[in-house]
Amino acid sequence: MSPTPTTATTALDRTTWSRPPVFFTHPAARYGFWFALAAYLVWSTGTLNIDWARTAQGLPRAGDMLARMFPPDFSRSELLIKGVLESLQMAFAASFIGMILAITLGLAAASNLAPRPVYLVARSLIVLSRTFHEVIIAIFFVKIVGFGPLAGLLTLIVASVSFISKMIAEDIENMNMGQVEAVRATGASFPKLLLYAVQPQILPRYLGVCIYRLDANIRHSTVVGIVGAGGIGMTLSATFKRYDYDFSLAILLTIIALVFIGEVFSTWVRSRLR
Amino acid sequence: MLKISDLVKEYPGGLRALDGISLTVSEPQVVAVIGSSGAGKSTLIRCINRLVEPTSGSVRLDGEELTTLSRRALRRARSHIGMIFQEYNLVERLTVMENVLSGRLGSVSLWQAFRRNYPSEDVSAAFELLDRVGLKGRHDDRADALSGGQRQRVGIARALMQKPKLLLVDEPTASLDPKTSRQIMRLIYELAHERGTPALVNIHDVALAQASADRVIALSDGTQVFDGTPEGLSPEVLNDIYGEEDWSATIRKVDDDDNGDENGDTEAPVEKSKPAPRDIVRNGAVAE
Repeated sequence: MSPTPTTATTALDRTTWSRPPVFFTHPAARYGFWFALAAYLVWSTGTLNIDWARTAQGLPRAGDMLARMFPPDFSRSELLIKGVLESLQMAFAASFIGMILAITLGLAAASNLAPRPVYLVARSLIVLSRTFHEVIIAIFFVKIVGFGPLAGLLTLIVASVSFISKMIAEDIENMNMGQVEAVRATGASFPKLLLYAVQPQILPRYLGVCIYRLDANIRHSTVVGIVGAGGIGMTLSATFKRYDYDFSLAILLTIIALVFIGEVFSTWVRSRLR
Repeated sequence: MLKISDLVKEYPGGLRALDGISLTVSEPQVVAVIGSSGAGKSTLIRCINRLVEPTSGSVRLDGEELTTLSRRALRRARSHIGMIFQEYNLVERLTVMENVLSGRLGSVSLWQAFRRNYPSEDVSAAFELLDRVGLKGRHDDRADALSGGQRQRVGIARALMQKPKLLLVDEPTASLDPKTSRQIMRLIYELAHERGTPALVNIHDVALAQASADRVIALSDGTQVFDGTPEGLSPEVLNDIYGEEDWSATIRKVDDDDNGDENGDTEAPVEKSKPAPRDIVRNGAVAE
């Protein structure tokens, strides 16, 4: 591997070096790109039709709203607790059902395990259910099953299944196929293969994803209520409509506490999964 | 025992990895399969237990034709063929014991496998094998806590748990240092003979192949170019295997192991007993 000395290299400057550009090899293209980007930003903010007068009015309005929010009114604690419990129930039930259902869909959506047609169907299902935001799915379910926590539960199940199964599928696709090959070579059937080669490789991350999803479901359970799908969000939306801002603040503080606890719990559990 | 006839494997895209291999192993012996990368060594042993589906030809193990077996029958046949891998391929998050017992997956029920509830004769066989490969007391360690050589010992124990009629061994030492390589090859050689199990061992290191096999087979471009005793590997034969026309040119240009080494290895029988033949041999080759 000893470098063979050549005469051509002596003419080159060997004291400076800079990384070759990746995207625009020609300097003109590079500066042109930055100029075009700046021009676009100026143009786009100019065409947004921002009503500065209305925006200016917003500040005193916000001040007024904040003033009416204080002090937060926790007196209707019964309503508050009922809403919070409903949200938590929705979040827990949806996470649990979601993590069970997602196993099948996740396996079906892994290109290295599932037959091609199964894979395509499963992937389309996941893509389809991820296309719409939870709120849109919630509106849909409220129309079908009516107002209340069932609509919220169904929404969160759909969201959890698509999220967890996508994670499982990607994890399976990234797993070490050598281990799978070795277990297959012992004559193991497909279920045994899942048990001995697939499950050990994906379990820690699967649990991590499920805990993360529980945390996310707690947050989302407060949102879907706003369109009538049950939980504390439904109560919150009602207080805004009736200008009960002090009760609104009490609910918001409760949600913050709830999400914070969920986040801490989720981080703690996931740090222990290795 | 093992009879392969006219085995052909053509990959999609037209690459003919095996071009009519015929091979009979009729006694418990260690057969080293050598040849340059891409010669078809890996494909050959994977076509036997059909981790790779052969295109045509026949593979018979104890009289049973393997190439036409149904999926269920194939699983049963695989449970009698042990396999050892270059990257060990242990399930890293499982314990050593689970990895060894997974060699019995073909013979226990799904529920037993799930509960890790293996028959007591399997458990005692696993303990004995762990003792034999030198891992006494390590059964509860996680597989990823072991060193490379130790992992390969677990791999060997897992393969032997299957009470195999045949061992397929794919580059068992390619990820190990020279000393561990020798120990692992010696272990495979001893166990194959103790248990009367024939073994097909793909191996890059010609000197190691000569030192630890009863018979050597060489593949080149999917065809068999040599079949004989380790002593029969003369420089001329090695030229045939690894391509004569590039030979001298590659030695001069590249300091890389592959060609330089194998050239030197033609003199290897003399060096056989030394612990790290590669370096000794390479120095010899350079001095030439």
